[in-house]
Amino acid sequence: MNKNKEKLLDSRYRAEKRFQFYGKSAIFLALLFLTIFIFKIFSTGYTAFQKTWLIVPVTFDAETMYLDENPSKEDLKDADYFDLALQTMFDLDKSASEKQQNDLKRMVSYFFEREIKRELLNDPSLIGKTKDVYLTASDDLDQVFKGNYPRDLPEDQRRVTDYQLKIFDQLVEQGRVESKFNLSFFTYPDSREAELAGIASSFMGSIFSILVCLVIAFPVAVLAAIYLEEFAPKNRFTDFIEVNINNLAAVPSIVFGLLGLGILLAVFQLPRSTPLVGGITLSLMTLPTIIIACRASLKAVPPSIREAALAMGASKMQTTMHHTVPLSMPGTLSGTIIGLAQALGETAPLILIGMVAFVNTIPGSPLDPAASLPVQIYIWAESAERGFVEKVSACIMVLLGFLIIMNLFAQIIRHKFEKKWS
Amino acid sequence: MNLVIFIFIVLLGFTSYYFGRKKAYSIQATNTRLTALPQFYGYYLAIWCAIPAFIIYSLWAIFEPSIVKLIILSDYSNQGYLDDELNLIYEKTKSLSRGQFSGEITPYLETSAEKYLNLRSIAQNSKVVLILAIIIASIVYGYKRISSNNRTREPVEKFLNAVLFTASLAAILTTIGIVFSLIFQTIDFFKVIPLFDFIFGTHWYPAKAFVRDASEPLDPSMYSDTFGAVPIFAGTFFIALIAMCVAIPIGLMSGIYLAEYASTKVRQYAKPLIEILAGIPTVVYGFFAALTVGPFLKDIGTAMGLEVSAESALAAGGVMGIMIIPFISSLSDDVITSVPQGLRDGSYAMGATKSETIKKVIFPAALPGIVGSILLGVSRAVGETMIVVMASGLAANLTFNPLESTSTITAQIVVILIGDQAFGDPKTQAAFALGMTLFLVTLSLNIFALRVVKKYREKYE
Repeated sequence: MNKNKEKLLDSRYRAEKRFQFYGKSAIFLALLFLTIFIFKIFSTGYTAFQKTWLIVPVTFDAETMYLDENPSKEDLKDADYFDLALQTMFDLDKSASEKQQNDLKRMVSYFFEREIKRELLNDPSLIGKTKDVYLTASDDLDQVFKGNYPRDLPEDQRRVTDYQLKIFDQLVEQGRVESKFNLSFFTYPDSREAELAGIASSFMGSIFSILVCLVIAFPVAVLAAIYLEEFAPKNRFTDFIEVNINNLAAVPSIVFGLLGLGILLAVFQLPRSTPLVGGITLSLMTLPTIIIACRASLKAVPPSIREAALAMGASKMQTTMHHTVPLSMPGTLSGTIIGLAQALGETAPLILIGMVAFVNTIPGSPLDPAASLPVQIYIWAESAERGFVEKVSACIMVLLGFLIIMNLFAQIIRHKFEKKWS
Repeated sequence: MNLVIFIFIVLLGFTSYYFGRKKAYSIQATNTRLTALPQFYGYYLAIWCAIPAFIIYSLWAIFEPSIVKLIILSDYSNQGYLDDELNLIYEKTKSLSRGQFSGEITPYLETSAEKYLNLRSIAQNSKVVLILAIIIASIVYGYKRISSNNRTREPVEKFLNAVLFTASLAAILTTIGIVFSLIFQTIDFFKVIPLFDFIFGTHWYPAKAFVRDASEPLDPSMYSDTFGAVPIFAGTFFIALIAMCVAIPIGLMSGIYLAEYASTKVRQYAKPLIEILAGIPTVVYGFFAALTVGPFLKDIGTAMGLEVSAESALAAGGVMGIMIIPFISSLSDDVITSVPQGLRDGSYAMGATKSETIKKVIFPAALPGIVGSILLGVSRAVGETMIVVMASGLAANLTFNPLESTSTITAQIVVILIGDQAFGDPKTQAAFALGMTLFLVTLSLNIFALRVVKKYREKYE
């Protein structure tokens, strides 16, 4: 009998251990996913912050540029650099056949003409002389140099030809290939060519959308929260508003995209693909988040504050506006920032209102067509070129960086400025 | 120009605040008792100055274009043009007046364009004059009303109250906006495609319904067997099911562990870390699923001799499950923590171990709340878009094999609406009908879940 009891107890204890183990492994799994996830993004993305340059000697021959003697600055600006640039590349291998010459040309980005021009405009005295110029390598060679390119594939299965690899290896041996910080990733707009694609356009698009979203959602949400928390009579209508807010908070984001498409674009005829429409759509999504946060922090202000103000003869409106609302601001602001961070990461509604259009200019106002960072991730992730994989990861890193900063900011506001009532 | 007027009104509002307050001070200086604080006199005047002007300004902005259009097109009214042609003429006139027209310029168009420019400048000038007149009249009226025995606090506060109330209507307006944007297109859609075919049809090939020439009459038979939504309903359900298979065990167990076992220190770090998973944008998950998980599963499958699609439902559903873990873990953590301590103490007193207490006492007590949290998770999974668009297929296969690709409601909406849309085309309308379905499904899930959670809360409060 006693033995039986012990056995039972043993198995019960084992069940206890097992249960704890399940719990621990669940948490472990969740954190493991997070780690794999972040590791994967960083390990594929960090190389995008480096860019490969070919250092090529350029002979600024006035004849090739069809320039007269002693050209003025204007002449230099209007000169034809294309032949010079082509000649520069062809000079890498003087014995190249026509097909090989084409390969040589495709070793650099199609900006090579501009890069050579910039060099000469910076220093017009270079005419007739030879100078080493940094040219952006094509995205495939960039990947080769970073070691991400499967060189051992048969030639017909890769875009880099054997000839290009041969010339490239020669250049590497001569120390004519260099990797430098990829500033153009932050300053260039989107491009079809991976080596020239940057996040400037989508970044500005995101900033404009978020600003529009903030300008619309913040005041409306705060005013609505004040009304619902401080002034609204308890009746059916107020209940209805509350049910509405709670439901809106859980409506899938793509439905808001349909709203933007069906109402903002089709009925109000606002311009397609613009951060203005994107921002308005996002603001409708963010509204419930901010309202809920603001109401919670209004609720946290103790009644004694209100009573003291009322006892001093302040009206209800004065009490609210001068005492309750300022005291609730830290909570409201941190809720707003978290809502904006959510909006910043939103993709689906922006796709529906046309912010996926290919934009290769940097938008200057919310009325210019633009993409946004998450949409840029989507666009690049859908393109087949190898060079875009690391760009996507790098773009994700920038986006995550922003989200982390915003969330930290929200935490700091909450902890630093929020009053603890005890 | 419009911006200038806008800024002008705003600036005038601020200055009139200053003048109103100044007048109140000067009344105060004569030792007369005011009925409100001087600021209120300022607010009073500012409201009088700005609000009537804003009302006129926005009414003008709404009605001006349509009135101008009406006048321009009245020239063409008796010539038997169709509505579409009239619209085209108007668009041509507008672009000609901006100097951007590149088509054939007829004398008619030229006179219209001239007339258009004329009307616009008349409208612009009369707007400025009208707004100025309104501002002057209302400021004078308001300024006169400011005196010691006139109450200003009550009207100002009433006005503020009205503003607050209007703002609180925004949530209702948004809901109405959603319903309106969906319902008309949906009704049009069901005029062409019978509801029965939509709900029970098993073939979904929206690509077949190419954009139709608008001049041809609509032929419903063209679309038979095109918009049968069963494959995508099944796909949505299936991917959500896979997601929940990942999210429920992990989320629930970590919620229980955090609530019952974890030390304060573990809790302090583990909880926010898990919640990071909820803050990662879905497009990032989509990329992760498409780039890493999909090929990984494919490699494993090939090694085991299985045919696995690179865009399998398993990859999309699994990653979606990871995304939903924190929703379930936080909510169930909250629910379990709010189970009264007395229940635990009673169970321990009877000699139960901790896990027995959790399984036999706390879990049943918290069950409604946990069910609510799971339902909210399901509603997330059903409405999730980017992961499916990027990681699962875009073709709607009717399959329940997790290794094949399938599609969901959300993914189909994106597929249909990406790029240019033609309103009035059944293909576009189909996306709205799907949106309506999605909205109704998630709405009922949410209402049900919130009701369950609320009922449960009342029980223990």
